[in-house]
Amino acid sequence: MSDWVYSDVVKDHFMNPRNVLVDPEVFAEDGRGVVGNIKCGDEMMFVIKVDKEKEIIEDCRWKTYGCASAIASTSILSEIVKGMTLAQAFNITPKDIAAKLGNLPEHKIHCSVLGDKALRAAINDYYRRSGKPEKIREEKAKIICQCMNVTDHEIEDAVLEGVRSYVALQEHTKLGTVCGQCREEAIRLMDTYIQKHFLNG
Amino acid sequence: MEKKRVYLDNNATTPLHPQVQQMMAESFSLFGNPSSMHEFGRQARASIEAARESIAAFLGAQSDEIIFVGSGSEANNTVLNLSSCCASHECRSGCDGNVRMITTKIEHPCVLETAKCLRERGVDVQYVGVDAQGVIDAGHLREVLRQPATIVSAMMANNEIGTIQDIKALARITHEAGAYFHTDAVQAVGKIPVDVREMEVDFLSFSAHKIYGPKGVGGLYVRKGVPFCPFIRGGHQERGRRAGTENTLGIIGMAAALRLRAQEMAAEAERLAGLKKILRDGLSRTVPDIRFNGHPAQALPGTLNVSIEGVEGEAALLYLDLEGIAVSTGSACSSGSLDPSHVLLAVGASPELAHGSIRISMGRQTTREDLDYFLEKFAAIVKKIRAMSTAYHHK
Repeated sequence: MSDWVYSDVVKDHFMNPRNVLVDPEVFAEDGRGVVGNIKCGDEMMFVIKVDKEKEIIEDCRWKTYGCASAIASTSILSEIVKGMTLAQAFNITPKDIAAKLGNLPEHKIHCSVLGDKALRAAINDYYRRSGKPEKIREEKAKIICQCMNVTDHEIEDAVLEGVRSYVALQEHTKLGTVCGQCREEAIRLMDTYIQKHFLNG
Repeated sequence: MEKKRVYLDNNATTPLHPQVQQMMAESFSLFGNPSSMHEFGRQARASIEAARESIAAFLGAQSDEIIFVGSGSEANNTVLNLSSCCASHECRSGCDGNVRMITTKIEHPCVLETAKCLRERGVDVQYVGVDAQGVIDAGHLREVLRQPATIVSAMMANNEIGTIQDIKALARITHEAGAYFHTDAVQAVGKIPVDVREMEVDFLSFSAHKIYGPKGVGGLYVRKGVPFCPFIRGGHQERGRRAGTENTLGIIGMAAALRLRAQEMAAEAERLAGLKKILRDGLSRTVPDIRFNGHPAQALPGTLNVSIEGVEGEAALLYLDLEGIAVSTGSACSSGSLDPSHVLLAVGASPELAHGSIRISMGRQTTREDLDYFLEKFAAIVKKIRAMSTAYHHK
C-alpha cells in the first residue's frame, strides 16, 4: 500500500514521466493524435514513429494538459506500445492501462482514457499520411436519443464520469427527457460501458 | 532526515492553537450532559454558557443570540432551510408562505447545494453576480430585490479568492427591501473584524476549525426577534433551536480559539499581509504568465489565488505535495467533477485559467522561510509541467 493519494506505480510515472515530447522537430513523427480540450480541463497529444514495413510502433512521445492520472497513465501507455503492431496498439483499453497502474479511483478513470484515445487518433493519422485511408478505424458515434441528439459516445463518457443509473444519465446528458423511447437502449448501453470500464473480467 | 513540510492550506483547515489544545485537554473530564440537573451536568452547562458569553462578546452579540451547531455548513443549512420551513404549514413565524431567496454565485457549496435543493422544492432562488475581483454586484442585488424576497445570503469573505464584501452595505440594501440578511462568515470570523451589530446582519455563520479551534463545532448568530425554526429537531438544547447534546469540549475549544484571536488577530493580519506581498512579488518574479485572482486590497490577508497558464491545478498540487507543500486548487480534477471552480468562473476567468489555479492560504504558523521554500519549488514545478503541457507556448 502506498501512503500517497494514488498507487506507487502512478506516483513513479507522475514523478518521472517517460517519453515526454520535448522537441517535435527532432522527433519527426509519422502520426499525431490530439484529443480533449483545455476548456474541459484536459488535453492530450500522442505522436508515433512507425516501422513502415512491419507496421510496428518504433517510438512514441506525448504531451498533456492534464492531471496526475492523465500524466501517469499516458506515461505508462508510452512504454507499453513501443514494439506493438499498430493493430495491437489500437486495441489497448483504458482498463488495460488502469490495471498496469495498480488501479485508479473510479472518478479518475475519465482522466486516463485520453492517452489511448490520442494514441488511436495518432494511428489513424499515420494511415492517413501514409496513403492507407482504408485502414482508418474511426469511432463513429451513433445517435441514441433522437430528441436530444445524444450519442453512444456521450453515454460512454457519462459512465466514465461516474454515471451509474438511468436517472443520473438523464441528468447528465438530457437523454430520454422528451419522448423517452430510447430508454431501454440507453440502459443497455450504459450497462455495457460500466462492464467495459469498471467491472473485472 | 525528516522531510520538510509546509502547510499553506489554512482556508481548508488549521492546526489547533497550542493553547486551545491545552484548554481542551484540561476540560476532558467534563463529561456530564449539560442538560442534566445534577452537578456533573451543571459543570458542563457552566462551561458552555461561559463559552457562549465570550463568543457573543467577540462578535458584538448577546449571549442568547448565539446557537452552537456542528459546523459552518450546518449553520448555513439551518438559515437557508428557514425559508422552506416558512413555506410549509409548520411555520409559526407568520410569513405568508411565499418564499423567495437570493444568494450569490460565489458562495460555498453548502450554500449553493442547499439553494439548489430548495429550488427543486419550489422556492424561488436567484443568484447575484460579482465583478472581476469577486465583489458582489450591489446594483444587481438592488434590482432583484425590486420583487419582494424573504432572505438574502451572501458570504463575508470568499474561501477561494479571499475577496471581502461590504456586508453592511449589502445588509442595508436587503433591509430596505424588507428581507432578512444572512452572511456566511466562516472565513472571516477570527481573521478580520466582525461585529454583528455594526454590520446589521440578522444571521451570521461561523466555524472553529478555520481559526485554530477544533473541528466539528460551529456557531450561528440569530438576531433577537428574527423568526427562526430549528433545522435539527429533538430535545430542548440551545433553547429549542438546535437539538442534540452539546459538544462541550468543542464549544470550549471554539471559545478559547476566539479569545486567542481577539489577542492575536490584528498583529497577525498585518504580518500575513506582509507575507502575501512577498509571495505575490516572488511569484511575479519567478513564474511568467500568471494571473492573480480576487481583490488586490479588499481580501483576506493570508489568501492568495493565482492562475498559471498551461498548468493543470491538480498536477501542480500533487507535485507540491511530493515536496511536502500543501496548497489547494480550483481544478475540477481535484474534486472529481468536471467543472472547475465556480468562483473563478463567476469572476470571469476562462475555464483554462480556472482549471489552472492554485490557492495559497497562510496562517499563524506560516514563516518567511516557508514562502522561500514554496517559491523555489513552485518555480521548478511550473517549469516541469509546462515542458510537457500542450497548453503552454513560450511568448
